[in-house]
Amino acid sequence: MFLTINDLNKQFIDQNDITNTVLQDINLNVEQGEFISILGPSGCGKSTLLSIVAGLTSATSGQINVDGHSISKPGKDRGVVFQEPALFPWLTVKENVIFPLKKEMSKSEAITHAKKYLKMVQLTNYLDHYPHELSGGMQQRVAIARALAMDPTLLLMDEPFGALDEQTRSRLHTQLESIWRDTKKTILFVTHSITESIKLSDRIIVMGTQPGVILTDIKVDIPRPREDHKQEMIEIEEHVMQYLKKEIDKVVSGEL
Amino acid sequence: MKPIFKRILFFVILIGFWSLGSALEWWSEIIFPSPLSVWQSFVSGIEDKTLIYGLIASFRRLAIGLSISLLLGTSIGILIAKSKTADDTIGSILLALQSVPSIVWLPLAIMWFGLNEKAVIFIVILGGTFVMALNIRTGIKNVPPLYIKAARTMGAGGIDLFRRVIFPASIPHVVTGSRLAWAFAWRALMAGELLSTGPGLGYTLRYASDFGDMSLVICVMIIIGVIGAIVDQLIFQRIEKNVAKRWGL
Repeated sequence: MFLTINDLNKQFIDQNDITNTVLQDINLNVEQGEFISILGPSGCGKSTLLSIVAGLTSATSGQINVDGHSISKPGKDRGVVFQEPALFPWLTVKENVIFPLKKEMSKSEAITHAKKYLKMVQLTNYLDHYPHELSGGMQQRVAIARALAMDPTLLLMDEPFGALDEQTRSRLHTQLESIWRDTKKTILFVTHSITESIKLSDRIIVMGTQPGVILTDIKVDIPRPREDHKQEMIEIEEHVMQYLKKEIDKVVSGEL
Repeated sequence: MKPIFKRILFFVILIGFWSLGSALEWWSEIIFPSPLSVWQSFVSGIEDKTLIYGLIASFRRLAIGLSISLLLGTSIGILIAKSKTADDTIGSILLALQSVPSIVWLPLAIMWFGLNEKAVIFIVILGGTFVMALNIRTGIKNVPPLYIKAARTMGAGGIDLFRRVIFPASIPHVVTGSRLAWAFAWRALMAGELLSTGPGLGYTLRYASDFGDMSLVICVMIIIGVIGAIVDQLIFQRIEKNVAKRWGL
């Protein structure tokens, strides 16, 4: 198994000394090259889970193994794409993409490398632009190229298209799908959009809230491109909705 | 009307009124000389090179003092941004020190260094250091956590993280800090020179005052103001604007 998460728990103690459980008994196995969506309502801890896999947040207990190595801190074997592009505004597109490559290769090698991934996201014409000169969707594509340029074995994406408009999002779905097909990366994709998860992933991990637990693991067995199989997509959507409805009601009633 | 024309028109009216008042003797030439005498003082000051030497001497002190204060301020700023203990101790007196006009250190500086250049440079350094330190601290503390997270996932940490992410991310504050440090240092320099020894613009001012040469006094005041405005608007504000745009602020 390529990625294994065993009995993972995450708790924190708030100002009133009350222990909050963010994640409870999370177990997950992922094969190499799989596209996995983690789907759940806000507050279910899905982003925290991703952050723990990235090594940015520590777990209270439990084990994570990626490619046979136990995870405790961030590493270049795991590329992360955040909801915000997180590009460095003082660097050009090209310089942003070679940021993680500085140590292991010469500058010219790094640039060749960067160009390869910027081509993948169709931004070779913007090498010397600064982030503020690009649209939100383009910035996010640069962020994807930057994460891919490290050649990570695992790509972690935390609602990467959440802040984009519907049309841009849909175009990026297609682009991400082809990148995934070409690079054969294992992808862990956090989202709260059911359609997005069905459109993209091999498996959907549905999470429930308070505490964050895995409710079910649904295999999406629809041939790609999936736009041509609307009927099957709707069936899965209804299936997922049965699990999510209760959770969403829980969140809504908590807010009222 | 374009702002530049409005500005020119404004100055024409201002100087016109000033000339008119002098010509009609609304005030005495001795206490408030006419624009023409000020201009003549300026020309003769350039011709006999007093103003030029004064300017060069002042700028030399400023360059030395400001460079030291920027370096010192940056170091203190980084220290108090990174160490809680330093912030609780040194950080707590910075604001108080910043509130003290640096010229009040002059009596002490003269006792320590003598009535010479060193005392003035010391005042200039004190003028710029604290405001720089405070801005660097703010800059470093306000680096978006997302940049740091992203950099860590790309293998950056420790000094490398500081050099490649935290410091560049706080550049907007570095620029603002430098602009304010320049402004304080420039004022401190003039005050220091006025009260200590020459050569220098401030010293020329006092020398002119001792000889009752009010047209030279006004001439030097205008030079001080024009230099201040040029450096602030043409250099620092321009850099600040560019940086703010690129940094997406």
